[in-house]
Amino acid sequence: MEIFNHNANVHFLGLRKISIGVAVLLVIASIVLLATRSLNYGLDFTGGVAVEAIYDNPVSVEDVRNALDKGGVDNAVVQSVGGTRHVAIRFQPKDDKHYVAQEGKSPNLDLMTNDVAKALQAARPDAKIASKSYVGPQVGAELRSDGVTAAIFVIIGIGVYLWIRFERRFAIAALATEVHDVLVTLGVISLFRREFDMTVLASVLAVIGYSINDKVVVFDRIRELFRSARKADPEEILNRSINSTLSRTIITSLFTGIAMAALYFFGGPTVHGFAITMLIGIVVGTLSSIFVASPILLWLGVSKKDLMPVTRENPELARRP
Amino acid sequence: MSDFPRWRYFLVAIVLVAGILYALPNVYAPLQAVQVSSSQSEPLDPTVQQKVISALQSAKIPYVNESVRHDASRGDYMVIGFANGDQQKSAADALKPVLGDKYTVAFNLESTVPRWLSAIGGRAMPLGLDLQGGVRFLMAVDQSDIIDRQENRYTQDIAALLKDKKIPFISVARAATAGQGVNVVLSSSADRSAASDAIATEYTDLGVTDGASTGDRFVLNAVIKPDKLHDIQTNAIRQNLATLSNRINALGVSEPVIQVQGEDHISVELAGVQDPAEAKKVIGATATLEYVAGIGDARDPAVQDAVRTGNIPPDAHLYYGRQGEPYLVSKNIIASGDELVDASSGNDSQSGSPSVNVTLNSAGAAKMLDFTRDNVGKPMAVVYVETTTDTKVVDGKEVHTPKTTYSVINYATIQGVFSNKFQTTGLASTKAASELALMLKGGSLAARMDIVQEGVIGPSLGQDNIDKGFKAVLLGLALVLLAAAIYYKLFGLVADVALFFNLVILVAVMSMVGVTLTMPGIAGIVLTLGMAIDSNVLICERVREELRNGSTPLAAIRAGYEKAWATILDANVTHLIAALALTTMGSGPIKGFGVTLLIGILTSMFTSVTVTHAITALIHGGRKLKTLSV
Repeated sequence: MEIFNHNANVHFLGLRKISIGVAVLLVIASIVLLATRSLNYGLDFTGGVAVEAIYDNPVSVEDVRNALDKGGVDNAVVQSVGGTRHVAIRFQPKDDKHYVAQEGKSPNLDLMTNDVAKALQAARPDAKIASKSYVGPQVGAELRSDGVTAAIFVIIGIGVYLWIRFERRFAIAALATEVHDVLVTLGVISLFRREFDMTVLASVLAVIGYSINDKVVVFDRIRELFRSARKADPEEILNRSINSTLSRTIITSLFTGIAMAALYFFGGPTVHGFAITMLIGIVVGTLSSIFVASPILLWLGVSKKDLMPVTRENPELARRP
Repeated sequence: MSDFPRWRYFLVAIVLVAGILYALPNVYAPLQAVQVSSSQSEPLDPTVQQKVISALQSAKIPYVNESVRHDASRGDYMVIGFANGDQQKSAADALKPVLGDKYTVAFNLESTVPRWLSAIGGRAMPLGLDLQGGVRFLMAVDQSDIIDRQENRYTQDIAALLKDKKIPFISVARAATAGQGVNVVLSSSADRSAASDAIATEYTDLGVTDGASTGDRFVLNAVIKPDKLHDIQTNAIRQNLATLSNRINALGVSEPVIQVQGEDHISVELAGVQDPAEAKKVIGATATLEYVAGIGDARDPAVQDAVRTGNIPPDAHLYYGRQGEPYLVSKNIIASGDELVDASSGNDSQSGSPSVNVTLNSAGAAKMLDFTRDNVGKPMAVVYVETTTDTKVVDGKEVHTPKTTYSVINYATIQGVFSNKFQTTGLASTKAASELALMLKGGSLAARMDIVQEGVIGPSLGQDNIDKGFKAVLLGLALVLLAAAIYYKLFGLVADVALFFNLVILVAVMSMVGVTLTMPGIAGIVLTLGMAIDSNVLICERVREELRNGSTPLAAIRAGYEKAWATILDANVTHLIAALALTTMGSGPIKGFGVTLLIGILTSMFTSVTVTHAITALIHGGRKLKTLSV
């Protein structure tokens, strides 16, 4: 079975002004979104108290919120997780002597959870606490900086590898596209107010890995075609490379997407954020592999002579990894 | 002809068989069990076993008969398995009152992996807290507290040293800011250089510099060297870890995970525990030691009399040892735990019997010298003092009741006069010696800790997560298998076989490495499955291209694999870099995901290239082919 016409030669690079324009707009929009409304950080990053409650019968988020307001738990974020009987409640502990244990600085989780349970059960006796957790504010700050460090490490590490294995321009093009992918993915998460927790952070880092994989496949073909072509017009080579890897790019994304969809629909609430982020990342990464990475490469002025193997004695060796 | 050498078939076969074997233990679901161990050092005898069984029978709790066992080789405890968590819980509730204080009843998961499989090293992946329920704490070790303690100690020690060396000084005091060291004020520049030399030779961990001198005040500043400070901090964390392990073991949780996280955090995971209050009480306990003069032990009639009548001499305390034996000890404390610098176990150089070597600081040493000079041949006791805080909620208010327990951990006769270094000999075994050393040293926390993160996951939520995660893995796998088979026909089916083995080998490697399975880890498995197929997509697309360019089927296969390999390698190395970064992230869940991804990339490179190549060569090798089903 084949979905794509293998003789198709869509002139993707002809669209480069539009495609890069759209990409730049998306990046700017994402930065603006991130700067103005930020991310909806989860408990892992903000610190605070999270309680998960399970009801015997369906309950609406609105009812839970009202019950909490009445019970004196203010400013709680209530989210429904996986179905109608399971809710997650997140709030900042009140700066109250009552809650703070005598010797340490950490508030007493049991007391706070008791209050939540009381508030919920006052409205609906079938509410049960399934889990509770407390995260101190400094933990979140450390995590955030760890996350940023990890992302920078990934981007630089990949850049160095591509520089060595390919050429400077490929490294730059890949990194620029990478930054685009991460920012746009974060922008979409911010736009839909999806909770940004540890698993989502893991997912964003995995998106970097996934999308670089995609770019490398196209770049590999570009290098191969440059080396084998007698007359190498960069634009034509790049275009042919995108076209001949197109089928692979889309099929792989489809297959990975299928797996992530299974995770989303059956994996339960703890991995929802992960699966959704991955799906967003796959779409963004696939599109940027086709429309963004190669135009950047073209503008950077890649040419045949940059890619010829250095070891003249044995060109066969140089072709091998 | 064959492009696939025979030794590689062999390699593939071996890896596949090993993969199946080592993934197999995960199929055997562990049994919910209750573990009974003796909290005193007396062994579990058959009468206890009889008691347990009759208690369960009278409470009408069915247990898995063949699981009841008391395996001395694995430590002194017995395990009783149950069909489900409810029975496990009611059994524990039923056993606790019957067995009393002397035995600890704890929840446990008992492996049901067959003996032959565990004999070859097969074991199931341990489940994370999110999959089996439990309590998790993250504690930050207070760094400034470590510095405070050290600087206070040096302040005392330097003052004592200068007195000892008869160097006159005006004052020895800590600098105004913590971390700035100790300031010594002397009255002449000659004294200052003498003091400087004395401190530098005696305490090599200190860096000594001359401070400002005004009139007749000559200031000397002694600061802990930065690399030493780092050592001290690392040691403090290690000691806290040991202390915590000790205390948590007393809780009776079967397999607590206590580990250092990042620079100065300690995470504690207690599977199966649902009430963090008890755990917190133990973690928050403060303990110290007291060296006191001994008055009598259990053989002494005065002690027996005191136990019987309750009349304790006014200058004495009646304390009990760890086996419950009574002692009378003096109320005057010779030295206390904060004066103890170090304790280590070893063997006595003269008798060769197990011993514990103790080092006291100068203040403690002076008092010890005074005491031992007059009391050679008399007994001395070491008392372990533990303070816990019971927190109860009464009328919506917290009521804290501090509870102090005293126990005699060592009672020995003073053999000679000693001061800062001495030895406790005549201990029953090497194990007893190392336990005593740990108690002496690890009795109290080296630095204060604050709980910065705390989580409780209910057991039902854990089971729910396992079910969902399992479903997601199977459905994700099935869908990808189906899609590949439809799109690439025979080559797709070959890729499917490889993908299935990828899951098997991934699980096998994770089990062998001992990766704790968590929900993010399961997400990592599903993601790996989705992406592992990429290599096969690359190969199949290449083969198709070669066919289109007019290659013969066999040449197309060969060229397809050869050309795709370079791409697969590049793509996977970049991906590995990303996975590597994820594993360096300090915290648990992300790390679990990163490790899974890392192993998954490596296994997928093997299965989707080597395994598929082997199968393809088997199918197509040695035949004249007109077409390929790709």
